[in-house]
Formats: sequence, C-alpha cells, structure tokens
Amino acid sequence: MAHAHAHAVKRRTGIMDWLTTVDHKKIGIMYLLAGGFFFLIGGLEAILIRLQLMFPQSDVVSAQFYNELITMHGTTMIFLAAMPIIFGFMNAIIPLQIGARDVAYPFVNALGFWTFFFGGLLLNISFIAGTVPDAGWTMYAPLSGTTYTEHHGTDYYVIGLQISGIGTLIGGINFLVTIINMRAPGMTFMRMPMFTWASFITSALILFAFPALTVGLAALMFDRIFNGNFFNPSAGGNVVLWEHIFWIFGHPEVYILILPAFGIISEVVSTFSRKRLFGYSSMVFATVLIGFLGFMVWAHHMFTTGLGAIANALFSIATMLIAVPTGIKIFNWLFTMWGGSIRFTVANMFAVGFVPTFVMGGVTGVMLAVAPADYQYHDTYFVVAHFHYVIVGGLVMGIFAGMHYWWPKMFGRMLSEKLGIWTFWMFYIGFHLTFFVQHFLGLLGMPRRIWQYLDGMGLNNLNFISTIGALMMGVGTIMFLINVVITMRKPKNLSNDPWEDGRTLEWTIPSPAPEYNFAQTPLVRGYDAWWHEKMEGNTKMTPVEPIGPIHMPSPSILPFFMAVGLFIAGFGFMYSKPADWGTTGLIIGAAGLLITFGCMALRSWFDDHGFHIEEEEILKDQGVKA
Amino acid sequence: MSSHSHVEGQLPHEPERATLEGRNKITGFWLFLGGETVLFGTLFAAYLTLRGQIMDGPAPNELFDFALVAVATALLLTSSLTSVFSMQAMHRHDVKGLIGWLLVTLVLGAAFLGVEIYEFNHYAHMGHTFSASAFSTSFYTLVGFHGAHVAFGLFWVILLLFQLKKRGLNTTTAPKVYLFSLYWHFIDVVWVFIFTVVYLMGKVG
Amino acid sequence: MKRFAPLMALLVLVLSACGREDLSALNPQGPVAQEQRDLMLISILIMSIVVVSVFAISIYVLIKFRRRKGDNSIPKQVEGSHKLEVIWTVIPIILLVVLAVPTLKSVFSLAKDYTEDPEALQVIVTAHQYWWEFEYPELGIKTAQELVIPTGKTISIQAKTADVIHSFWIPSLAGKTDTNPDGNVNKMYFSAPKAGVYQGKCAELCGPSHGLMDFKVKAVEPSSFERWQIAMLDTVQLPSDSEIASAFESQCLTCHAVGDYGGGAFPNLTGIGSRESVAGILINVEEGEIEYKHEDTVYNNLYKWIKDPEAVKPGNHMTGAYQLTDEEVAGIAEYLSNLTLDFE
Repeated sequence: MAHAHAHAVKRRTGIMDWLTTVDHKKIGIMYLLAGGFFFLIGGLEAILIRLQLMFPQSDVVSAQFYNELITMHGTTMIFLAAMPIIFGFMNAIIPLQIGARDVAYPFVNALGFWTFFFGGLLLNISFIAGTVPDAGWTMYAPLSGTTYTEHHGTDYYVIGLQISGIGTLIGGINFLVTIINMRAPGMTFMRMPMFTWASFITSALILFAFPALTVGLAALMFDRIFNGNFFNPSAGGNVVLWEHIFWIFGHPEVYILILPAFGIISEVVSTFSRKRLFGYSSMVFATVLIGFLGFMVWAHHMFTTGLGAIANALFSIATMLIAVPTGIKIFNWLFTMWGGSIRFTVANMFAVGFVPTFVMGGVTGVMLAVAPADYQYHDTYFVVAHFHYVIVGGLVMGIFAGMHYWWPKMFGRMLSEKLGIWTFWMFYIGFHLTFFVQHFLGLLGMPRRIWQYLDGMGLNNLNFISTIGALMMGVGTIMFLINVVITMRKPKNLSNDPWEDGRTLEWTIPSPAPEYNFAQTPLVRGYDAWWHEKMEGNTKMTPVEPIGPIHMPSPSILPFFMAVGLFIAGFGFMYSKPADWGTTGLIIGAAGLLITFGCMALRSWFDDHGFHIEEEEILKDQGVKA
Repeated sequence: MSSHSHVEGQLPHEPERATLEGRNKITGFWLFLGGETVLFGTLFAAYLTLRGQIMDGPAPNELFDFALVAVATALLLTSSLTSVFSMQAMHRHDVKGLIGWLLVTLVLGAAFLGVEIYEFNHYAHMGHTFSASAFSTSFYTLVGFHGAHVAFGLFWVILLLFQLKKRGLNTTTAPKVYLFSLYWHFIDVVWVFIFTVVYLMGKVG
Repeated sequence: MKRFAPLMALLVLVLSACGREDLSALNPQGPVAQEQRDLMLISILIMSIVVVSVFAISIYVLIKFRRRKGDNSIPKQVEGSHKLEVIWTVIPIILLVVLAVPTLKSVFSLAKDYTEDPEALQVIVTAHQYWWEFEYPELGIKTAQELVIPTGKTISIQAKTADVIHSFWIPSLAGKTDTNPDGNVNKMYFSAPKAGVYQGKCAELCGPSHGLMDFKVKAVEPSSFERWQIAMLDTVQLPSDSEIASAFESQCLTCHAVGDYGGGAFPNLTGIGSRESVAGILINVEEGEIEYKHEDTVYNNLYKWIKDPEAVKPGNHMTGAYQLTDEEVAGIAEYLSNLTLDFE
C-alpha cells in the first residue's frame, strides 16, 4: 500500500536542494550557518561597543548608534545566534541519538528554519532602512512606544522577533513530539542521552514561554501601529505590565539557552572521561527542576521596579532555590570525571573550561538574588558580567564544545585539534579578561548601557582591560572560522565512531549520517546504548528490522514561501501608517499573509506521499562503508 | 513515516490514530494547545490589569449587551456539541454524517462570528473604539484574538470539507478532522473564560 | 618589567576594589549602602566556599585523572552515589538558608516607609530625559540636578518620572529605585552621615544620553542646609544688562525658572552658579584645577552648554528650543555663573 502511494520524487541538487530540503541534518547545518552568520554580526556589534568604551568619553560611535548597537547585539545574540545554533545541534543530533530516521514534522521543521531566518533578516534590514531598534533588547515601554521612539526601530524589533518566534515555537513542538513519539525500541525516557533530555526540557520551556512573548510583541505592535494603549500611560496603559510579560518569557529564555549547553557538556565530559555520566537520574531530575523553577522567578529582573517587599522577598527565595539543582549538575560533572580517564580534546577543553566558568556565573546569580544587594547591582556592569558569564562562559563554551565534538558526525571531517587548542585559549583568556573585570566596574558605580563614562572615575583601566579581552575573543572566533575553512578541504574519511569513545547512538552510523540515518532501526538495550554494546564485545547495534525500502518525506519549497509571505506582510504592516504607505501598506501586508496561508492550504490540499529509498541503494551505501 | 499498516479498504475504529503521522499530529496539537493556553492566559492577565482603565469611554457594565453575548455563547457552545457529533460520525465511518455535522458546526461558527462583528461595531459606535482607552485596547485584543481563532477555524473546516468530499475519509483526512475538532473545543473553552472574565465580571463589578 | 605585568594587573584590581568614596557601592558612605554592602560581603563569603570547593575538585580531578599516553584501560562505570547526591543537595540548601535570613530581614527593613515621618526630609524626585528634578514639598523648593540634603537626617524619596522609565541611584549612599510613569510612585530612603558630594546616576536606559544623566547629592551640615533653604527662597535679580535680560526672559524663562520668574517645565536655575556641575555632567572647577575633558570653570561650562547642548547631551530637549547670538550666550552664561547661593 505504501508503495502504491509513494511517487518517485526527483531529488533536487544545488541551491534548490537547500531551499526545499526537509532533511533534519541539512536543516541543522542551515541553522548553524545562519546562526553563525548572525553570531558574527552580533560579535561585530560587541567589538564596536567595547571600542567605544575602551577609553573614557570617547566618540568612536555616536550616542544614538551606541544604543542601536547594544540593542541589536543583545537581540541578535539571543534570538538569532544562540537559539538557532542550539536548534542546529538539536536538529543534527537528536534524531540520531534516539535512533529515529527523521523528526516528527519534517515540513514544519523546514518552516521553522525559514521563519527564523526571514525574521532575523527583517530585523537586520533595519540597519539598511536606517531606523534601528534602540531601546535595549528588553524594549521597555514607554521608551519603545511611539511617543519616545518615533522612528520604525521598535517596529523592526517586534515584527522581526514575532516572525522568528513562530519558527522557534513550532521548532520546539517538533522536538517535543519527536522525542515523545519517535524513539527507537528500548530507548525509554530514562535511557535517553542527556543532550536529548536537556533539549526536551528546553523545547517544553519554549512551548510555554514563547506565547507570552508573542502576546507582548503583539501588544507593543498594536500600540505602535494601530494606536493601542497597552503601554501608553496617558490612556491608562501600564508599562510595568510590559516588564512582567517580557520577563515571564525572558527568564525561562535564559534556561532555554543554557539547558542544551548543559546537555552538550554532559555528553562531552562523559565521552572523554570514558565514564558513564555520574548520577544520570539526578541530572535528569535537576534539569526538570531547573525548567520548572525557571517560570517562578521572573520578577528578580524587577527588584527595583517597586513591586513591594513581599514580592521581592518571595522572588529572592525562589531564585536562590535554582542554585540547588544547578549545584547538583556541577558536582555530577566533576564526579563524572573523577576516576575517569580524561582526554583533553578541544571539545573537552571547552567542556572542562565551562565548569568553573559557569560556577562563577552561577554564584553571581545567587548574589543577584539577594534583593537588597540587587538594588546596588541592578542595571550595572555587575549584571552585564553575570549574564555574560552564564551565556558566553556557559552557552557559547558549550556551543564550541558541541561544534568540535559533533563536527565529525555532521560533516565527516575532523576539525584541526592543533588550531582548536589555540582557539580555546584565545577565547577562554579573552573571555575572562573581558568579563571578570566588569563585575568590579559595576560595583564601582558604572551603570550598564552607557555610551560614555567620565574620566577620572577610576573606571579607565578596567574598561581598557575589558576591551583587550573582547578583541582576543574576536581573534579566537576568527581562528575557529579558519579552522572550519581548512577542515572543509580535508577528505571525508572518518569512521562511525571517530573519537573511539562514543557512547550514544549517533556514533553507530556513518559520518556524516546517510539521508535515512539508520539503515535498520537499532534495538536499545541500556543507557549509553552504543557503549553498552561495545562493552559486550559487539561491533554493531542489534537491528529490530531487516533491511528494506525506507519511506522519506518529499522536499518542498512551500516552507520557504510561507516565510517569505510573513516577511512581506511584516513590511506591509510596519509601514501601514498614513504617514508612511497608508493603505498600500495594509494591502501589502494582507498579500503577504495571503501567500503564507495560501501555501498552508496548498500543503493541506496536496497530500505528501513521500518517496522510498530502495533496498539496493541502502545496501550500496553499506557496502561502501563496510 | 511508513505505516499504512491497516488492511486495505478497511478503516480502523479510530482512523486518526492509525498512522504514526496521525499520532504525531495529535500529540503535537495537544502541545500546541498548551502553548495557546499560555497565549490566552497572558492576554487575560493583560486584560485584568487594564480593564479598570476606561478613561472617558463607557464602563464595562454600561457597554456590554447581555442578550447579544448570550446568543453568541449559545451559538458557540452548540457548535462545540455538533463537532462532537461529527467525531462520533467519523468513528462510525459515516462520512455523510461527518460532513453534515461539520457543516452545521461551520454555520454556527460563522453565525457566532457575525454576532461578534455586529457587537464590536455596536460598541465602537458607543465610543468604545480600539484606541479609546487601555481597557478598550485590551478588550478588543483579547476578544479579537479569540475571534481570529474562530475565523481561522472556519477557513480550516471549509478546506477540510472539500477534502472529505473529494477523497472521503481515510487515514490522511481523519487526523486533520480530528485536530480541527480539538481546536474547536479549545476555542470553546476559551470563550467560556471570556464569557466569565470579560462579560460576567464586567457586568457585575 | 614584563614579568611583573600579571602582578600589576592584580594590583590594579585590588586598588580599584574599593573605588571612589563618592561613587562606589563597595565604599559605602551611609547606613543604607552599608547594609547593602554587608549583604554583598556575606554573599561573597558564602559563594566563595562554593567557588573554592569546585575549583579545588576541578584541579584535582583534571590532574589526577588525565589520560596518560597509551592508557587504554576502561575506568569503572559508576552509576552515581546517593550519599554524595544528598551531600551536594543539602549543603547548598544550608548555605542558602544562611544567606536568605539576612536577605529577608533587609528586604523588609529597606522597604520602610518614611513618607509620613515628620523627622525625615521629604523629597519628590522626578526624572526627565535627561535631568533630575528635586522637589521639597514641605519647604516649597524645587531644584534640579543637585540634591542638597542635611547630614544625618533620613531623606525620604518618592520617585517618579515625567516621561520614560529611569532609575535613581546614588551608589555610595543607597541602591536604586526605578522611576515609573503616571502615579506609580516608588519610595525609598537613605541618609548621609558625612558632608560631601556624592555621585548620582540614571541606571535605566532612557535614550541616547542615558549615560550622561548624572546628578549630584550634596550633603551639608544642618545649619548650612537651613541657610540653603533661605537662599533658595530669596528674591533673584534678572540680568542687569537690559539686552541680555530680555534675551534671557524671552529665550530661557519660557521653560526655566529663576527665583519667582519663569516656567517650571525644565530645570530650575536658581543658584546654578554654585552647583557642582552644569547639566549634571560638566563639572565646575576653579581655573587652574582643570584636569579632565569634562571639567571647566562654571562660566565656560555654561557657555559650552548653552552654545551647543547637543554636543554635551545628544537628544536633549534644549537643543533648538531657543535662538541666541554668541554675545547673548556669553552674557547669559556670565549672569548664570554669578547666580550663586552662599550657604556653606
């Protein structure tokens, strides 16, 4: 029956292959590419910020441009660099780790990528349009409203993030369902690799946190474009409401970012210690608990807003509690290494470097939870230092570890370890130089988001050191790029398990994985499935099915056009005020939505029967590898 | 991906769960509705924060026309019931019944939307426009988001009706119809909350 | 010399660890900032236990268990340890309880409301893009950019904003509180036992000149404060030169006030000549003591500011609001620089 349905679909090549692909591995690579691209833009913005602050009262950039830089740096790094890169890993790795041939919704997966990409593009086109968001990534009202931001900056922010947020949300649902429904036989929840677990919780956080942002952005958009009054104090609006909505989303967002990094670190540390992850079940429990508590603590970003002593007290205590599960994780990593046989590959250097760095970010987090002390820390460089320790020292280190660890699986080539060591030290030392001193800058009285600081205030030296560190991080990043370029020219000749200490299912299949991932779905017989087999002397997994034709979803251009439709609609609505394009704007907006919903209807109307990869092709692949 | 596992020509009792794809869709849609709950929860929170800020506009208890709201509520609640009938028809593999009850659902939903549009128009004439106050903005946003969901559901069910007409009930169309009915119930539940929080609480206090 | 570079770097850190008396949260000059600094120290102390133990275990593990060349042995696969899990769950909880107790105490003590206290000096702070308005409701005085307070007395602040959200912060005296729009007034208090000038900052992004939105808190002896009150309420003479006077009246007093003259929408200029700064950011010093770019004589600072406010504070509301010839600018700067209050 399946055969009768499935049509022989022409496989596309070249650019059309990438625009139409629904293969999670290719989508993963696109996420990494696009996320990496935005990471470089955000990094450039960071360097400009640090150059401006290198000396007191300098004029490297104007005050207006400076505010644009800080806003776009934060927004880009969080929404367009960090999250997409995480999604890149989730796409590239999770189906392989759970023994699946694909994600639950390949089409939606592609749609998620394209909406993220076009949302990010729209946001960054603001630089070309000359009206850049400038009210900080937190977009506090009323500064972000029409009264105080007359230009279109905020509009680019709300619409760009709204579009890319759709991508994130459907991506999150996709991974939840993939993990719930698509696990190989024997892959019970409590046998899932830690990265998959962390991504599972992250996806759940996305599902419950992003809709709040959707509403916040929509409300701000209605205020700005349709003269709404949500955050307009003169018509009864409430600006503190925006703070609440933003942080109800914003704090879980922090854990959305960091949990997958925790997952990566768990995998890398365990692999290169040749040891089972210590306290796996308490690690899972801690991850779930962190995710849960993440929704209870948003108001610690608002201690100085004036919520009153009782609210501040409660949120102080709730925030401190998060230290407990986080501590559990830290010590479990340390005891995974304890008694192990630690190999210092570049991936593991980043992972090992992560642990103490993240602890420093964690303890300053507890310090910030002390509300009365936070009256001093809040909105100073102390906070800037804290969250960069968590996000750069935590997440970005995790990303670098993941890049070096999974690169061979994704591309069939090993990144140069020699160059990698240089990357690590350059980035690591640069990182600590940049951000360690910022703790002190904050305590010495330097608020964050300031364009200039006065001379003679005792802030010069530390700012100078910080800038030097930032430049070193820039050099480290460039070294990584060089490494990538060099590696791309090497031959693809890696074995299934190039690190030789692989523990999880992704190391049982060729590097890079074939289109169908697993020629035969494997039977999972324990935690660390592949290690389990290796220890029993097996050289491959036990299959649960004979080799046979494999059904695959068809590629489609529709996701691309759906995202384009939203992109067009965004522009139309943004300029639909009488002062801009007026009704024409509304028509363009409606036309864009029509494209999107039209494509959606087409997708529903024409069933995707997919196609089959025939037995001969699979056998041929196997022959080549064997 | 591959699993049209049932015997050809014979639909299982629950055709929506016959394939992995169908099961994935159902799991995912439940999760999606979880996200939607947060969405409406946030909208409700915003409304509750701002509903006292009426500025110079009419107050909720002067504004709301209970007769109108009662009609709308009756229409939507009934449509939820008819969508249950459509699901029962589907499980009996009664395509005609399925299409019939979906059509009734469609008509009731459209009538609800008509009443709502009339209601909004009526309020706007009383000075309760979108830009009048924080109350009006949050009112139209909350109720309007719900209305937009209803409208989307109507287009969706029209599309599904055409598919059922053309292809009949099979393991591809069944999950789609099932998701629609989930969606329609969700919209109904949201309306119950809107009825309570916006209209009842508005009338009373 | 090169060998000492790391040592020097460390020294820089230690020396800057306390920071300027008038600016650093680590060098508190009043009881509120003191209480907050003490909490910081407690938390740093507790947290260093965590940091030190993690660092120690890390270093030990990394050295002891590194893979030697040719070592192909498989380490024992340990599942975990309930005992250890309990230890590193319970100990952090104990540490957090130790931290939580003073935190809670302080949250409530710092939330104390002094707005009805007759012993406290009431001040209403209104933040504007990019300047600070200070109103003393009991004294009938309004001033800007410089909050003059008597030493020893509790200052009860009610903070709000006229436009966007700002945050009112005097690092060496007290932590910050946000200024919210429309009726959402935040209360806080602080006091300065020692006379002196303390730096105040805006701590919430409020536009291009957010970083330049400084103010000063000037704590003076109670007797001086009384003289200041009287001087603030004294009559003020307009410029003696009639041309300057008419320019001042038509171009400046439409927005600003001196004494009983003018409007109150923008900073009150009474006594501006004896303030520590012009526009909060240009510091007034005696001739010959100029050290930094932002320092100059009162006259020069006033001239610089009136001549081209955009160059001093980008995006401010004064730019383009008036038209003055160079001579008028000079005359008004001269007049304002002599508009001093003698109270110290």
